[in-house]
Amino acid sequence: MAPIVPAQGLMAPARRSNPRSWQGWGFVGPFMAVFALVFLAPIVYSLYISVFRQQLVGGTSFVGLENYQRALSDPLFWSALVRVSLFLLVQVPIMLGLALLVALAIDSGRLYGKSFFRISIFLPYAVPAVVAALMWGFMYGTRFGLVGNLNDALGTTLPDPLSPGLILASIGNIVTWEFVGYNMLIFYSALRVIPTSLYEAAEIDGAGQFRIIRAIKIPAIRGALVIAAIFSIIGSFQLFNEPSILQSLAPNAITTSFTPNLYAYSLSFSGQQYNYSATVAIIMGLITMVIAYVVQLRGMRKEA
Amino acid sequence: MNVNHRRALARGTALAGALALALTACGSSGDNAAAPAPGDAESVLEAGGEITVWAWEPTLEAVVEDFEAEYPNVDVELANVGTGNDQYTALQNAIAAGDGVPDVAQVEYYALPQFAIGESLADIGPLGAAELDGTFTPGPWSAVQQADGIYGLPMDSGPMALFYNEEVFTNLGLEVPTTWDEYLEAARAIHAADPNAYIANDTGDAGFVTSMIWQAGGQPYAVDGTDVTIDFTDEGTAKFAETWQTLLDEDLLAPIGSWSDEWYQGLGNGTIATLTIGAWMPANLESGVEAGAGKWRVAPMPQWEAGANATAENGGSALAVTEASPNKELAYAFVEYANAGDGVQTRVDGGAFPATVAELESEQFVNKEFEYFGGQKVNEVLAESATNVVEGWQYLPFQVYANSVFNDTVGQAYVGETTLQEGLADWQQLTTDYGNDQGFTVEN
Amino acid sequence: MTTTTASATTSAGRRGAGPLRTRSRRAHSVERPRRSMVLTVATGIVLIYSLVPLVWLVINSSKTQASLFGSFGLWFSGDFALWDNIVQTLTYDGGIFVRWLANTLLYVVAGAGGATALAIIGGYGLAKFTFPGKRAVFAIVIGAVAVPGTALAVPTFLMFSQMGLTNTPWAVIIPSLISPFGLYLMWTFAAEAIPTELLEAARMDGASEVRTFAQISLPLLAPGIVTVLLFTMVATWNNYFLPLIMLRDPDWYPLTLGLNAWNAQAATAGGEAIFNLVITGSLLTILPLIAAFLLLQRFWQSGLAAGGVKE
Repeated sequence: MAPIVPAQGLMAPARRSNPRSWQGWGFVGPFMAVFALVFLAPIVYSLYISVFRQQLVGGTSFVGLENYQRALSDPLFWSALVRVSLFLLVQVPIMLGLALLVALAIDSGRLYGKSFFRISIFLPYAVPAVVAALMWGFMYGTRFGLVGNLNDALGTTLPDPLSPGLILASIGNIVTWEFVGYNMLIFYSALRVIPTSLYEAAEIDGAGQFRIIRAIKIPAIRGALVIAAIFSIIGSFQLFNEPSILQSLAPNAITTSFTPNLYAYSLSFSGQQYNYSATVAIIMGLITMVIAYVVQLRGMRKEA
Repeated sequence: MNVNHRRALARGTALAGALALALTACGSSGDNAAAPAPGDAESVLEAGGEITVWAWEPTLEAVVEDFEAEYPNVDVELANVGTGNDQYTALQNAIAAGDGVPDVAQVEYYALPQFAIGESLADIGPLGAAELDGTFTPGPWSAVQQADGIYGLPMDSGPMALFYNEEVFTNLGLEVPTTWDEYLEAARAIHAADPNAYIANDTGDAGFVTSMIWQAGGQPYAVDGTDVTIDFTDEGTAKFAETWQTLLDEDLLAPIGSWSDEWYQGLGNGTIATLTIGAWMPANLESGVEAGAGKWRVAPMPQWEAGANATAENGGSALAVTEASPNKELAYAFVEYANAGDGVQTRVDGGAFPATVAELESEQFVNKEFEYFGGQKVNEVLAESATNVVEGWQYLPFQVYANSVFNDTVGQAYVGETTLQEGLADWQQLTTDYGNDQGFTVEN
Repeated sequence: MTTTTASATTSAGRRGAGPLRTRSRRAHSVERPRRSMVLTVATGIVLIYSLVPLVWLVINSSKTQASLFGSFGLWFSGDFALWDNIVQTLTYDGGIFVRWLANTLLYVVAGAGGATALAIIGGYGLAKFTFPGKRAVFAIVIGAVAVPGTALAVPTFLMFSQMGLTNTPWAVIIPSLISPFGLYLMWTFAAEAIPTELLEAARMDGASEVRTFAQISLPLLAPGIVTVLLFTMVATWNNYFLPLIMLRDPDWYPLTLGLNAWNAQAATAGGEAIFNLVITGSLLTILPLIAAFLLLQRFWQSGLAAGGVKE
């Protein structure tokens, strides 16, 4: 499975130093024990309950893969999946592109007040998603919010960011705001460890800045890009907090099946269909894993 | 700090996990091995014990104090774990977990069938409720009866009326509407005079829509055991949908959510001119809309036919004893005290609108002059409304779920994505599928 | 899981400069190019985007409930009520905010602390030992991360309620103990920062594995530990979904849940609108984290750079 593995110093040195033994488990054991309790056991339990159906009338019955069949033909599930895919295709490139540009700008050393930029753009990461959503929710208000203020000040009629047509973009904006700095920092950290000798050689060859970026910097941080992309993909598919909190402001724009995660949540917590909910969540998990894996493979292949 | 605050704090919790009612049934079936021994209420109260009550109704705090003072051996722990839906999820949660289930829970009328059929609530008929026939107004009393049992005692009720800002109507020289046609005309006049002003706010609320259909004589839900009919094509539904669609099409309803800050401001400054809402509203206006003091009045609900006097219930809740309670007799004794005994007057004094005939008919209640409403005898109108509630309305045995998907379907009409008729059809479809999936036999 | 030859080659090719030497490039002339105003302004746009909401938060924390909705959002208005708001936030409803703060601290200390400890020893074990099932460990951990939280929510809730853990701090702390990202960071960091030769030497001297770890490896891991600690702190501090499901008693809420409850309060029949407290509370919620990030900058940035996310 997905080798997002840190390549260097992993297998090789260990093999040299220490023959295969169970000793390593002494260190890895505690993590794996808790991991088994809070991750594996619930997953196994989810798989188990996903083959049953529990009814208000009639109790529990074994239904085999019926829940899976139902999910695969459930328009609500698919529309939620299409929505987060759209979100993924638009928001993630914008966010990562922006993060990369800023990281390159800071790394170039050509900015005034470099460290101020670095820490300031990173700050939103420290803001809880709940607070970010509440805050942006206030600002999105067309009457008392910042959008309303702009309308008053400029005499414009800006479209309501919380209307059905714009809500996805508005959520994308919140997520981008939260994570641009975080991704920037990951890229920046990766850029910093590129050996200087590479630049020197390139400059001697007369390569310009853009060429250095394209030929040296980007390939050198490919690993960080792939990891950031994978985490962003997982994050997009799991989108929950922001729409869930904005739901009270825009109940008609954010339906109970707005994202797959929100759908799974509504299924179990307002519909009591927790067997089906578990099924939806498992399918989403599988889809996420497959896509993350493909991105991984592609990312690594290009690197060769 | 008072209950008002606590209630909201707990709100988030309620989103907290809930599980199948069916599971619920499994979880609780083992816990009630000991059937309550028959005994008179007084001796149960003398013996005392401890009970937990989950409710968000603020006036219950005083009731609990009085109750404990009167029966020193009884210890009542009143907890607010959230309002409405939030509490139901917490309740289902606790029942599923088989741990931390309260003895008494506040349950709104619309949610009661769901809990009763899930066997989460105890039939309190044998505990004494069967003898209370005639104590409560007919609407709430029939709402707590499911199948052959009685699953709660009505705590309050919400017969609807038209609350209006008199200043707005006087300034524009408008009559207070008595029919929905007049209401539509008034809506046009108010919005024409000031583009920021609306006759009402509405962003789509399941409770309001079902109540409006109820008043119009629609009966979209018919329940007989596990046989359910859902039909939003009857005449009553059509009347409501048509008028409301016109209001939506002409942008005559403010797109402001109820209980939002904008809403409170709108009620105070005249940009939201009326509220068609349950009789529990006066206390909320008094506490939440100071700027509206002296401006608001109450009139009977507008009618579909001139001269008629049909009304419907909007909100209102009962106190129910849970099936998992180890001390059902004591729990019932408290419920009876609060909803049919001395507790009623305490709650009325606290601003609640009761469901008991005696209080609704008492001179003191009906003739009370409300300063906030310019000295109007508000309860006169409201008590009158309580007697005119259209009979025969039923909620679904899975109304909590149905309401949760209201905004997914009917709500789309409020943002111009569809029409009310189509939204209602979608809602019907979704709830039908759900009902069938849950083992009911649902027809349209 | 496979360590692809591709990535192995790349990393080998990159070896020219070790992790410790790379930093020296900062002193090189290539690294002191001309400053560019154009680039600064362009990046400044992103800076403004990042800071405006925070500025909005600070400004609006100084407004009363009344002027909050009656004034321009990006400038001060009315009485400067920041102190009043703070006092009110801290004392509202019998000081419940302080209680939430204490809860959050508890969850952070126990959850993030525990998660970091588990990640350190786990990452170290993965980096420096070969043991049966090692490949499977990584596969399982990464695979599990992709499963949406809601998939685990209901089953975890059910399991925990069976164990009598729901509505107790344990229900929040135990799941917080696992940080796959932290494990990953420590793994890469330990692989880089601890020379295998050093461990071999210690073993030759007859030191036990535990002693080798505690006395030789742990000090070398310090920057990585700070980094992981900060990231797990953020994760626990910002935790919302898990407590939302597990807790029903407001007395055990963390700040995030409490703030959302306050926000929901106004949207409840008869609730008191306290948006000013929601905003001030939000500000108070993010301040400790921002302070931690600023104060510990030096450590976590070097931790990220030297051993963190890079290939």
